[in-house]
Amino acid sequence: MSQASEAETASELAAQLAAGSLRARALVERSFARLDALDPQLHAFLFTRRAAALSEADESDARRARGQARSALDGLPIALKDNIVQAGEPASCASRILAGYVSPFDATVVERLRGAGLVIVGRTNLDEFAMGSSTENSCAGPTRNPWDLERSPGGSSGGSAAAVAAGIVPAALGSDTGGSIRQPAALCGVVGMKPTYGRVSRYGLVAFASSLDQIGPLAHTAADCALLLETIAGHDPKDSTSLPEPAPSLSQALSGEVSGLTLGLLREADDPSGVAPGVRVRVHGAVAELERAGAKLRDVSLPHVRHAIAAYYLIATAEASSNLARYDGVRYGHRAADAPGGITALYERTRGEGFGAEVKRRILLGTYVLSAGYYDAYYKKAQQVRTLLRRDFEAAFAGCDAIVLPTTPETAFRLGEKLSDPLALYLSDVFTVSANLAGLPGVSVPCGLDAGLPVGLQILGRPLEDATVLRIADAYQRRSAHHRARPPR
Amino acid sequence: MSRISRAELERIARLARLRLDDAEAEDARQRLDAILDYVAQLDLVDTTGVPATAHVIPLATPTREDVPGVLLAPELAVANAPAARGSAFTVPRVLDDEAQG
Repeated sequence: MSQASEAETASELAAQLAAGSLRARALVERSFARLDALDPQLHAFLFTRRAAALSEADESDARRARGQARSALDGLPIALKDNIVQAGEPASCASRILAGYVSPFDATVVERLRGAGLVIVGRTNLDEFAMGSSTENSCAGPTRNPWDLERSPGGSSGGSAAAVAAGIVPAALGSDTGGSIRQPAALCGVVGMKPTYGRVSRYGLVAFASSLDQIGPLAHTAADCALLLETIAGHDPKDSTSLPEPAPSLSQALSGEVSGLTLGLLREADDPSGVAPGVRVRVHGAVAELERAGAKLRDVSLPHVRHAIAAYYLIATAEASSNLARYDGVRYGHRAADAPGGITALYERTRGEGFGAEVKRRILLGTYVLSAGYYDAYYKKAQQVRTLLRRDFEAAFAGCDAIVLPTTPETAFRLGEKLSDPLALYLSDVFTVSANLAGLPGVSVPCGLDAGLPVGLQILGRPLEDATVLRIADAYQRRSAHHRARPPR
Repeated sequence: MSRISRAELERIARLARLRLDDAEAEDARQRLDAILDYVAQLDLVDTTGVPATAHVIPLATPTREDVPGVLLAPELAVANAPAARGSAFTVPRVLDDEAQG
């Protein structure tokens, strides 16, 4: 571990850009220098846009020189998970079925990032269609964890988390359907935020499970995530599930104070049999630090959280089986060679060839649970359990302002370790899926190293209280230095 | 006891328009079996009278004025098509499809 000076936070870099002591051109060149040096081992990126990014950095410098910076983050390099589309750029979702696809339009978050002057340097690796928790289900091969190249960075936003952890970019966007921002953030030692469902437009996010998917930022600090979320959040007429409420000012809420707040320590996530000792100790240490800072603590319970994984996999796969019906070899993407059998055979061969094993399994499970005779037993039942879980959260939040728990039950696992048993990997999402089912905001913050591997503290808030979870995360980071630790290199 | 037979798996694969080879189908059948065993725990939860949550935020179909706007240009819409003619997607014969099985 070293205290690397070159990987500053987005806020620090923004201050240097504003002061004129750093130029966007130099910053983007630094990103590509680190990418060239590190990405051959990490494989965090699927696509880069070097020439365009350097030219956009020059434009940013010119704007600054004229006193016309578009935002505090104008000129800051950022990476996009490869399931968020940008006009004129590929978007493969790490799937063979989207090989060669070039997006004809910008996602709303891309429009907003570019409108604020940020420079998109490239597109990061993921589990195919964001289906996985290890970035191993990528048709391009896995991403490696910067802290230990033999280990997974988590997933599905593993490329975005690894790129930030390795200091290639100060920030990235990911998507979180069952923990896909928070879990890789925890395993890579960065901050990852899943906003309240509906806070950020999903227009241009390739759909996995539409009632659960949400785009969010990854960076080194909660303060950076607040700046990024302010940039991308807000109502979008192109996404009918985006919240009509104006996006709040998040940065102003970061007072550094937690006195007056009550934190609920989740009993079900504090079970020594379900959480690695090294994780439990560090999460307790972080909670104790917040208590010293003035937060009150109490125990809370979510009785139905033990069924969250089961409900999640039924709902997510049902929605996925419907969303992925669009890959038919007609309008875009891979198409099987012509053969007899008409259009149905074309669909079947195209999809059989184009999707990877895990995506096929999830489409099959989703199709099964939605099929005649099984709908009530599986899909409807899961939706009812989702209601019970939401009620558990409402009851818990009646007595606390935020719930604290580990982001993951263990630190980064070895590549290949869980490939043979998808169910074991599903179970590792036990602490993250509930926030998606209930639509809550959640953030993962680095809270120490266990045997050289990062541990994440997760903070969940009431719906719409994105500012509260960021405020608690920021208050913790003002009192700790874990987010300053960098991978060995 | 297995929850999904091979015939059932093949029926689902047809519904999902997924061609699987033998090894894939058997692997998928076994793994789906394991997952369905796991999710059977939900049978133990009493959900009598509990409404289903399909979506966490109240959703009403929003309406807006029907005004002309900038749309995806036809040449861009077909730019990613594996096979296109002019601004149209091309596909194998559809009308004979049922007869061909």
